[in-house]
Amino acid sequence: MSDPAIGRVIVAGSTTLRFPQHVKFRHDATRGQWVVLAPERLLLPDETAVEILKLIDGSRPVDDMVATLAARFDAPRDVISADVIAVLQDLVDKGVLAA
Amino acid sequence: MSQAQPPLALLAEMSHRCPLRCPYCSNPLELDRGSRELDTATWRRVLSEAAALGVLQVHFSGGEPLVRRDLAELVRHASEVGLYSNLITSAVLLDRARLGELAAAGLEHVQISFQDTEAASADRIAGMAEAHEKKLAAAALVREAGLPLTVNAVMHRQNLEHLPEMIEMAVRLGAGRLEVAHVQYYGWALINRRALLPTKGQLDRATSVVEEARARLKGVLTIDYVVPDYYARRPKSCMGGWGRQFLNISPAGKVLPCHAAESLPGFDFPSVHEANLAEIWYRSEAFNRFRGTAWMPEPCASCERREIDWGGCRCQAFALTGDAARTDPACALSPDRDVLTAARDDAEAPPSDFVYRQIGGAPTKTTATS
Repeated sequence: MSDPAIGRVIVAGSTTLRFPQHVKFRHDATRGQWVVLAPERLLLPDETAVEILKLIDGSRPVDDMVATLAARFDAPRDVISADVIAVLQDLVDKGVLAA
Repeated sequence: MSQAQPPLALLAEMSHRCPLRCPYCSNPLELDRGSRELDTATWRRVLSEAAALGVLQVHFSGGEPLVRRDLAELVRHASEVGLYSNLITSAVLLDRARLGELAAAGLEHVQISFQDTEAASADRIAGMAEAHEKKLAAAALVREAGLPLTVNAVMHRQNLEHLPEMIEMAVRLGAGRLEVAHVQYYGWALINRRALLPTKGQLDRATSVVEEARARLKGVLTIDYVVPDYYARRPKSCMGGWGRQFLNISPAGKVLPCHAAESLPGFDFPSVHEANLAEIWYRSEAFNRFRGTAWMPEPCASCERREIDWGGCRCQAFALTGDAARTDPACALSPDRDVLTAARDDAEAPPSDFVYRQIGGAPTKTTATS
C-alpha cells in the first residue's frame, strides 16, 4: 500500500479548494438554514462556517478568501487566517472539501 | 404535544428479499414477502412527501434494494424532489449496466457491506458462494464510475481478528469512508448472539486498532466506529432519539421510528396507505410515545444525559427486559444491567452454529440467554 499520508491535503494560504462532486452545499428552505450533504453525512454549519463555505468556488486560493473576510468583518488578517484555515482543514479531513 | 423537528433522513427499505443470509441481518424476524412490497407509484409519492416534510437524505436499503427493477426510477425521482440519495447494498447484484443506470439517475453514494476479508470466511458468514468476489468487483465499478464508496464492515467474534486487513482493504478499494459496525443484538443477531458477541479482550484490541488507523489515515479514510452496547457504560443515542431525526419505511409500507421497531408489541405503526408522512411524523401515537423525555422512567428521567442518549434503544430494552419503556440495559445505571452478564460470559465459550436469515425461517420462539 502506498503511503497514506500523501493523500491528506494540508490547507495553506495558497491552497484552492472545491466541493467534491458528491458534496452539496445548499440552503434548506424547510429549516431556513444552510446544510452540507455528503455520503451518509449531514452537517449544519454555523454562521462563520457558512460565510467561509460561500466563498468556495474551486478557483479562489485561501489567502483571497481570508482577505475578503478580513475586509468584510474589519478584523486582522492573521486572526481571520488562523480561524479560516482551521475550519477548512477540518472540512477537508471530513471529505467535505477537496483540493 | 409535539415539539418535533422535521426528520433529517429516511431509510427506505425497498424489499426484504436478499441473496445473502447473514445471521446478524438487521431486518425483523418476520420478513415482508415480495408480494406485499409497495409499488413504484406509492414509493414515488412517499419520496415526494418525505422531501416536503424536510427530509434531506434518503438511504435506499433492504434487504437488497437492487432486487427492485424500479430502483433507478426511484433514485431519479428522489433527485428530482431534492433528496440526496445513498444506496446501501450487498452489491452481489451490482453490475456495470445497473450502476450506470443508477449514476445517471442521480445516485450520490454507494455503501457496500463486507462480511470478512478472506473469501471463504466471508462467503460462509454471508451464506452465499462467491459473494465476496462479486463485492470486490462491484466496489471497483463504483470507484470507476466516480461515485464515493463506503465499506460497511459488520464485525463480531468470528471476523474481528481481521480488522486490520479490513481497514487496508477499504483503503485499497478507494473507499472514503469505513463503517466498523459491531453487531447490534436484535432480531436475527440476538438469536445468534452466542455465535457473534466478542469478548471484552477482542473488543479492546479492535478499539485500539481503530484509534491507530484513524490517526494514520486522517484525511484519507474516515472511520466510523459503532461499539457493541454490551460492553458500554452508557447506551448509544439510538437513531438520535425516537422520532427526532429518522424515519424508516418497511417494504410493505409501515412507517417506523427505526428499522427494528416492528418487533415491539402494543404498537399500531401507521402505513403509508393510511396517512401522509407529515401526519404520521408529527401526530401518530407511535411516533409520539417515546419522543422527548416525558415518557422516561428513572434513572433516565433525572439523568443529566437524558437529552444526549435519549434513554438508549427501545428495541433493546424490550428484547432484554420485555418492556420497551424501561431504561436500556446497555446503561450501567439500568436496574436490569444483570441481563448482560450472562451474555458476556457466553462470549468466553465456544461459538454456537449460525441460524441463517431467511423469509419464513425465523425460529418460533427465541430467548436471549441460551
